[in-house]
Amino acid sequence: MNIIVCIKQVPETTEVKINPETNTLIREGVPAVVNPFDENAIEAALKIKEKHGGKVTVITMGPPQAAEALKTAIAMGADDVVLVSDRAFAGSDTWATSYTLAQTIKKLGDYQLILCGKQAIDGDTAQVGPGIAEWLKIPQVTFAVKVEIDGTKVKVERMLEEVNEVVEAPLPAVITVVKQINEPRMPSLRGMMKAKKAEVKTMKAADIGADKKNLGLDGSPTQVVKIFTPPPKGGGEILSGDPAENVAKLIGKIKERKII
Amino acid sequence: MVMLDYRLNEEEQMIRDLARKISEEKIKPVREELDEKEEFPWDLMKAFAEADLCGLYIPEEYGGMGQKVLNFCLATEEISRVCGGVGVTFAASALGTAPILIFGTDEQKKKYLPDIASGKKLAAFGLTEANAGSDAGGIETTAVKDGDHYIVNGTKQWITNGGEAETYTLVAMTDKKKGSRGASAFIVEKGTPGFTFGKKEKKMGIRCSATRELVFQDCKIHKSQMLGREGMGFIVAMKTLDMTRPGIGAQAVGIAQGALDEALKYARERVQFGKPIVSFQAIQHMLADMATPLEAARALVYSTARLIDSGSKDYTLPASMAKLFASDTAMKVTTDAVQILAGYGYMREYPVEKMMRDAKITQIYEGTNQIQRNQIALNLIKLAAKKK
Repeated sequence: MNIIVCIKQVPETTEVKINPETNTLIREGVPAVVNPFDENAIEAALKIKEKHGGKVTVITMGPPQAAEALKTAIAMGADDVVLVSDRAFAGSDTWATSYTLAQTIKKLGDYQLILCGKQAIDGDTAQVGPGIAEWLKIPQVTFAVKVEIDGTKVKVERMLEEVNEVVEAPLPAVITVVKQINEPRMPSLRGMMKAKKAEVKTMKAADIGADKKNLGLDGSPTQVVKIFTPPPKGGGEILSGDPAENVAKLIGKIKERKII
Repeated sequence: MVMLDYRLNEEEQMIRDLARKISEEKIKPVREELDEKEEFPWDLMKAFAEADLCGLYIPEEYGGMGQKVLNFCLATEEISRVCGGVGVTFAASALGTAPILIFGTDEQKKKYLPDIASGKKLAAFGLTEANAGSDAGGIETTAVKDGDHYIVNGTKQWITNGGEAETYTLVAMTDKKKGSRGASAFIVEKGTPGFTFGKKEKKMGIRCSATRELVFQDCKIHKSQMLGREGMGFIVAMKTLDMTRPGIGAQAVGIAQGALDEALKYARERVQFGKPIVSFQAIQHMLADMATPLEAARALVYSTARLIDSGSKDYTLPASMAKLFASDTAMKVTTDAVQILAGYGYMREYPVEKMMRDAKITQIYEGTNQIQRNQIALNLIKLAAKKK
C-alpha cells in the first residue's frame, strides 16, 4: 500500500492576522507548523502502513521554507518527502494548487491511496483534496473519521453534521480526514535526528510536466480582491426588569432600527 | 525559561525540546488527576518510549540513544518541570538500570538493556529496607548460595516503580559476617517464583509514582544474575547512586523551575492595591531569591553530568553537591511559590502546592541531604589529606 499524503505549512495560530495594505497573511513572528488536520492525515497513513505495509510519501507545495513541514513528517515516520516549489506556483488558488499537486502525484506514480487533511486552518477552503481527486479522475471521500483498507477497496466512515455515513470506494482514491480520526503521534528522537540530516527533494514546474497555463496566479480562476478582518460583533443589549415593559421596549427598538 | 546559555549542542536541544513538548501537551493536562487518583502514568511512559526517551542513558549498541547523563538530565528536568511524580517514574527506571550499565556483563546487558531502552520494560532498584535506610549496612535480606543458585529471603521497602517494573536490581547479604563486604547485587525479573509485591504506599507527594515493597520468599536466582562479584553489593549501590544523583538534581531543578514559572505568571497577573503584585519590591526580591539559586543548581547539575559524560571516574563529590543543592533549592523555591500565590497557592486548584509536596522527597531519597553533607565533608577531608 503506497500512500501519498498532501500537507500544507500554516502559521501556528487560529487567529490569523491580515495586513490590510497588501491583503496577505502576516507571517512575521508567527511560527510555521504542519496544518493540524494534515498531521491527522500523516498519522492515518502511518497507521495504515503499520497494518498493511508499504510506503508513506508526504508532499507539499510551498516556498522553500515549507521543507521544515516535511521534516516534521519525517520525524513522525514518513518514508519519503517531496517539496513542490517554483516561483511559477506563486499566487495559486485552490484550482491551481490542486492541479500542481495532482501533476506531482501523477509524476510520482505507483500510489493506491492519497490522504489530505479536511482543510487548512489558514484558508479553510477544504477544496484542495477534492480538487486533486478531480484532476486525477479518481474517487474522493471527504471528512473521514475511520478508514479501512479491504483489498482493492476502501471503506470510509464520514463524519457529517448530523450523522456518520459509511461509504466504499475503489482504490486509488483521495480521502480527506477530520481531527477525530486519530491523535497524531509525537515525533521521535530518532525521527528528529533523521529529519535533521534529511535532504528534502524539490520538484519544479518542469519536473512535474505541468501545463503553464494552469499554474500560479495566471492559472487561478479566482483572485483575492480583498482580505479583511470583519469588525467584532457588538455585545448586544440585554433588557432587564418587568417583562411587560420589556416587550414594549423591545418593539420600540426594533422599529427604531427599521427592522419592521 | 533557562537564564544561562549552556551551549547545548543540537542533539541536546532536540532532547530538551521534545521532552518539553511531550510534557506540555501530554503531562500537563493530566497531572492533577494523576496526583489525585495516585494513578501510575503508563500512558505517559508509553509516550516517552515512542519518543525514544527511554534509551537516553543506554549505549547505542544495546538499543539506546547513547549513554549520556546530560541528555538524561535534560529530559528529567523538563518532565519534572510539569510533574515531579512522572519525573521520578521516568528517572527511577534509570536508577534500576544503572547497576547493569556499570557492572553488567555483555551478556547481561544484551539480555536486559534493549527492552529498557525501547521502553518496553521499566526497571527499579531495590536497596532500602525497613531497618536499612541511610545505614545501608543494616540490610537484612539474605541471598544464600545453593549450588548454581542463590535463595533470597527478605523484604525491600519503598521501591519506586515496584510492581510496575519488569527488571529489578537488588542488593542482598550473601555473607552477613563480612558486614559491608558481605553484600551482593542481583538482577531479578518480575514473575520469578518467590518474588511478590507488598503494599503500595500512600505518599505526601510524587503520588502518581508507584512505591511498593518487594517481597522475597525462598526466591531462587541463578548465579548468572549476579552483578559484579560476590561481596561487591555495596560498591554496586554506591557507584549507582553516584551516577544517578545528578538525575535527582535535574528532577529538583525541574520542579523548582515549574514553581518559579507559576509564581512569575501569577505575580504579573494578580492585582492588589491597584497594581500587579510583581511591581512590589517584596515580591521582586522573593523572585530574585528563587531564580538565582535555581540557576546555580542547574549549572551544578549540568556540569556534573558533563563531567560524568567526559569519562571521569571521580564524581562522587560534585554528584552529592548537585543533589544536595538542587533539592534544598527546590524545597525553598516551591515554598516561596506557594507564598507568592498565597491563598490561591494553598489551594489544590493551583499547581504549586503539589510542586511543594513533590519537592520534599528530593531532599530525602537517594540519600538524605544529611547523608549528602556527610559524603561531601568526607570527600573534602580526603582531598585535603591527599594534598599533603
